[in-house]
Amino acid sequence: MGGSAILKYRDEYRNKDLCQSIIKRITELTKEKVNIMEVCGTHTVSIFRSGLKELLPENINLISGPGCPVCVTPIAAIDHIIALAREKDTIIVTFGDMVNVPGTSSSLKKEKANGADILIIYSPFQVIEIARKYPEKKVILIGIGFETTTPLLASVILEVAERQIDNFYLFSLAKIMPPIMQTLLQKKDAVIDGFLCPGHVSAIIGTKPYEFIPDNYHIPCVIAGFEPGDILIGIYHIIQQNINKKSFVENKYQRVVKKEGNPVALRKMAEVFNEVDSTWRGIGNVKKSGLDLKEKYASMNARNLKVKIEKSREHPDCRCGEVLRGIITPLQCPLFRKICTPENPIGACMVSSEGSCAAYYKYNSV
Amino acid sequence: MCLAVPGKAVRIIDSKQVEVLVGNIKKIIRTDLLPEIEEGDYLLIHAGYAITKINQKEADEVSRAWEEVQY
Repeated sequence: MGGSAILKYRDEYRNKDLCQSIIKRITELTKEKVNIMEVCGTHTVSIFRSGLKELLPENINLISGPGCPVCVTPIAAIDHIIALAREKDTIIVTFGDMVNVPGTSSSLKKEKANGADILIIYSPFQVIEIARKYPEKKVILIGIGFETTTPLLASVILEVAERQIDNFYLFSLAKIMPPIMQTLLQKKDAVIDGFLCPGHVSAIIGTKPYEFIPDNYHIPCVIAGFEPGDILIGIYHIIQQNINKKSFVENKYQRVVKKEGNPVALRKMAEVFNEVDSTWRGIGNVKKSGLDLKEKYASMNARNLKVKIEKSREHPDCRCGEVLRGIITPLQCPLFRKICTPENPIGACMVSSEGSCAAYYKYNSV
Repeated sequence: MCLAVPGKAVRIIDSKQVEVLVGNIKKIIRTDLLPEIEEGDYLLIHAGYAITKINQKEADEVSRAWEEVQY
């Protein structure tokens, strides 16, 4: 704990005895190889930070899927944002992870060094104060995230509309989780015997959107929290479902996730956004997997601002796409730790703290 | 980016803001997505917004999760 304050409803699930007893039980139960994909970057980081990969038996194969929103953002979108940042009358407002992501020839960090106005925020709500403070500027919020974050963006849009702020824009990179899980199953690039479903996405969407996975693909889905004990309980129940040959959506994060999710958040999302086809880095176009502003809010859509965007080109040896689909681990990428490092990232998976490559770099010494 | 932390609501400020205690730190967060908050509620906070209430009854039953994996 490093002297930090105890957090009720978090630290109980870091209990060493709880974790050891579940690992012991998982080890006894697991006779064959089980491939479990987590589709949330926060799970990925927690798994690495707590050393679960090393503590679990070898035949439990934990695969990191496309759960880091920064990592799945296509380079063309990064180049588009960089083009917006280069305009003299714009302020780009973003979460910190986006700043280092390399575009084709630049990054937001480099543009900031060249004088562009780029502000890092903790909460999307801060953008309202920024827009009011700089009325002469076009204030562009980079709206990145999955369903956990998207309702926050919707709230900001509704607040902007209510306050009649006319210099605010959203560049939506919002994505939806269930369609990409379906795509991974259809592509069959990686063997998946169970999904560790994202706990905080599920706090918003509830349990129903995953039901097609066990129903159509007979693959267990267990919703889990983010502490080591939570994740181990999730893994244990995936294994149990496989042993019993019964696949269903199981909620093991009941202290946070309700069956119906958060209806207020879902209503706000539906009020502001349309589901649209969306490109995922390394995966391609996935139907109805993204969210963009409804016509009613088109005047706030930063994609409608005219800018000259450079032709996008990815590094030819970057294998982020295969990492995101669970086909290879970062260790199999020829650039990993050689020329692609957190200080000099080539692919987005090395940039975000939730990226698989960054997690392997930081926590995996092999 | 889906990181969220638990915090206790200690003061209702208005219909869209509440003061929370996260560990030893007090913060003001938005409640647009969770309008019915009472003082004493434990909330899950993501990027300055309350996204759900923590079900304290479920949360207090850590031992149940533990028992489930025993023989």
